[in-house]
Amino acid sequence: MRFQPVIGLEVHVQLKTDSKIFCGCSTAFGSEPNSQTCPVCLGLPGALPVLNKKVVEFAIQAGLSTNCSITPRSIFARKNYFYPDLPKGYQISQFEDPICQHGWLDIQVEGQEPKRIGITRIHMEEDAGKLVHGDVSGLEEGSGVDLNRACTPLLEVVSEPDLRSSDEAVAYLKQLHQIVTWLGICDGNMEEGSFRCDANVSVMPVGSGTLGTRAEIKNVNSFKFVKQAIEYEIQRQIALIEDGGRVVQETRLFDPNSGKTRSMRGKEEAHDYRYFPDPDLVPLVIDGAWIERTRDELPELPEQRRQRFMNEFALSAYDADVLTASRELAGYFESCVALQANAKAVSNWVMGEITRALNDTDTSIDRCPISPRLLVDLLNLIEGGTISGKIAKTVFDEMWKSGKEPAVIVEEQGLVQVSDSGAIEAIIDEILTREAGQVAEYRSGKDKLFGFFVGQVMKASRGKANPTVVNELLLGKLKGY
Amino acid sequence: MDTLDQSIHGLHRKLKAKEVSSVEATRAMLSRIEAVDPQIGSFITVTPEQALADAAAADRRIAAGRMDVLTGIPLALKDIFLTEGIRTTCGSRILSNFVPPYSATSWEKLKERGVVLLGKLNQDEFAMGSSNESSAFGTVRNPWDTTRIPGGSSGGSAAAVAARQATATLGTDTGGSIRQPASHCGCVGLKPTYGRVSRYGVIAYASSLDQVGPLTRDVTDSAIMLGALAGHDPKDSTSVATPVPDYTAALTGDIKGLRIGLPREYFIAGLDPDVQASMDQAIQTCRSLGAEFVDISLPHTDYAVATYYLIATAEASSNLARYDGVRFGYRAEGVTGLLDMYTKSRSHGFGAEVKRRIMLGTYALSSGYYDAYYVKAQKVRTLIMQDFIRAFEGVDVILTPVAPTPAFKIGEKVDDPLQMYLSDIFTIPVNLAGTCALSVPAGFSSGGLPIGLQLIGKPFGEETILRAAHAFEQATEWHTRKAVI
Repeated sequence: MRFQPVIGLEVHVQLKTDSKIFCGCSTAFGSEPNSQTCPVCLGLPGALPVLNKKVVEFAIQAGLSTNCSITPRSIFARKNYFYPDLPKGYQISQFEDPICQHGWLDIQVEGQEPKRIGITRIHMEEDAGKLVHGDVSGLEEGSGVDLNRACTPLLEVVSEPDLRSSDEAVAYLKQLHQIVTWLGICDGNMEEGSFRCDANVSVMPVGSGTLGTRAEIKNVNSFKFVKQAIEYEIQRQIALIEDGGRVVQETRLFDPNSGKTRSMRGKEEAHDYRYFPDPDLVPLVIDGAWIERTRDELPELPEQRRQRFMNEFALSAYDADVLTASRELAGYFESCVALQANAKAVSNWVMGEITRALNDTDTSIDRCPISPRLLVDLLNLIEGGTISGKIAKTVFDEMWKSGKEPAVIVEEQGLVQVSDSGAIEAIIDEILTREAGQVAEYRSGKDKLFGFFVGQVMKASRGKANPTVVNELLLGKLKGY
Repeated sequence: MDTLDQSIHGLHRKLKAKEVSSVEATRAMLSRIEAVDPQIGSFITVTPEQALADAAAADRRIAAGRMDVLTGIPLALKDIFLTEGIRTTCGSRILSNFVPPYSATSWEKLKERGVVLLGKLNQDEFAMGSSNESSAFGTVRNPWDTTRIPGGSSGGSAAAVAARQATATLGTDTGGSIRQPASHCGCVGLKPTYGRVSRYGVIAYASSLDQVGPLTRDVTDSAIMLGALAGHDPKDSTSVATPVPDYTAALTGDIKGLRIGLPREYFIAGLDPDVQASMDQAIQTCRSLGAEFVDISLPHTDYAVATYYLIATAEASSNLARYDGVRFGYRAEGVTGLLDMYTKSRSHGFGAEVKRRIMLGTYALSSGYYDAYYVKAQKVRTLIMQDFIRAFEGVDVILTPVAPTPAFKIGEKVDDPLQMYLSDIFTIPVNLAGTCALSVPAGFSSGGLPIGLQLIGKPFGEETILRAAHAFEQATEWHTRKAVI
């Protein structure tokens, strides 16, 4: 029997607000434990939540960018359970009437047709704190609770079970990741947990209309692990069914070390969260004007920008894809083009030298030491024949290090391209005299040696000789001796 | 007249005329507390040092001519209000060691006016009760008859006013917890409209029903206190920005043409004859002042108690989850793990009534029962609200008894929770409707126990019920009688 996997994802997106969702405490990561707390996020008696408007704005942006409808009157609910990292004994979340509903994203897996993935809902909620076990300063034994993270704002984005493979799941996840980082509502840092994913996985016989029993895999925190965890889980469930067993509804945990998932708790141990509307918060009313204002202020989204790059600058789909990997990179590219540079040349340099140097030095594009202005100056030197493309790479490296203008570097290091045929001829003559043996071999038919002569000439000119002129003169001299 | 007997406005006049200083008035109160509290048990914590420091500061303020009607007035708070640096127990063992790091907005507002804090008052544990017998700090006794309950849950707040242990006090009212003890102790108790006073820093029992209000010697004091407490608080999303009027200006003494509704569902057969007689007499008094009476119906009244005990307990079961022994409050010793710590801390920390309500509420919210109980109760709540909206189309104020009987005996109903719950039958609908009401002294039983009259107003109609209560008070002498203690 062949099986069809069915996958749905629940993604937690930590919002990049300065303050928490229901109080004014800072959301900064990595501070002294419990230094960013107040009566509200400590869950002290008598404290009351007040909604951070920025969180609502970010949620509306996320909803509009994923084709959701915005709920005109949405409700906060309490999700009740006991755990030491949950100070109030309930999490303020949304249950019925979440802020965004019925959206979708179009994803593309390489070599396959684009596919539309439904988004059931996006809701706002607060994060819990963190338990710290064992050897912590000030804590001799046992466990401590750090509530700095408690009450930081999250969006939970719940997909329909429309995904059919781990590749589709990763494609969906990457696209969602790109959108929230593009909007600037999430820093996208998966290691720090700013973007984390639970996967619901089931399998059913191909052709069957009945969904299989699903397992929920918790907190898979990289694209690679998502792929691994889903693939392992699909194989586990298929093997189980083929052995005559049954998949049970349960929560499973992915272990990145073994690449396996293991059972965390079964259905019987599942919590009854006793959701009910939070009486401390009034219904959130969002009028059409607010939605339209947000829509007007939305940046051009990656997909739109990709299309525009292809149409406006005649870029290939691949180039447009790479250049819209982030809003900052796309912005860098467009700033260069706006300075009257050739789009194709800019594209090559941004995808080539710039990307390589950024990666080598672990620098983000918004910290790039070479401004669009300087890069365009460099391209203009090549275009104008002042330097060769090869020399330009040397100049580029120097610009990266020193931040100097390319013309200054060319001037200081005497890198101006030599196109004067007399000077080049003198070098060629010298080489051909010195390498008389090779010349004879070339003339007896060993054409491949041409490259050797070009190299020697370029070396002797310290790379400055105009390669076109070198080729032309050299060919004439070798043939017509 | 002794400073102990003074109202807020009376003591204010004396302070202003320099007949007495705030320190003198405060010392008198502290001595009174020391003398009578062993018999009454109004206080959980007395704060003499704080009180004398507050009073000295108030006297300086008075001397500097920066006086306010509340400056130098000795007050006490139900132990449900968080007071920074001063233990706040909510009448529970689970908070017996809790010293809050911040203060309730209502207390902050009073502090700014220069009041004096005498201490923290006894109450039913987590405000769950109608008799003040569920406190972990002992039963409060009714100053009019110490074998009887003072009412609850703000029993200490009412008893302290009646026993002249404070000029006025603050309480909270979730299902009658200000009005019912005010009625039993012969003082004025006001439950403002939901959203009128901030709940920030007030330990939550049932968040959609809880409201802060004053217990005072007379209606004028009630108006003064409400003026100080009311207003939007950015820290409480459910507080409302409706402008705060000068409530004392509403006390014109004139209720000519005021239309008063008498809901037939509240004047039922089982009503205590003394309560009935007091109501009849009050109606006569109001009529003689020019008010008109209209028979009205609040048809869903019968469902109010059941509705209340679903909604209030559901909210409470969630509100009380934070008392888990992890971060503050009581933690059981010698536990073997997390679950054991939770179970033992909560089992030992909470009293029987609180545990009963947590279980009721947990059940009402449980998967499979939620629609049948909680959702149904919310629907009935809407019907009850609509009852009031319809009634107020034809009347300005609704007049009812506060409680079906005068104060009952200590121990009389502790083993019968249902009977206990029914003692709030006339006050609960007001909380469900979210509107305002007050209790004003309206007579005495043949046994000498105070009987209160409830005036219910439209949402944010506090001025009207205060005006009516004030006119009634001016025409009667009930509020001038004192408990002999």
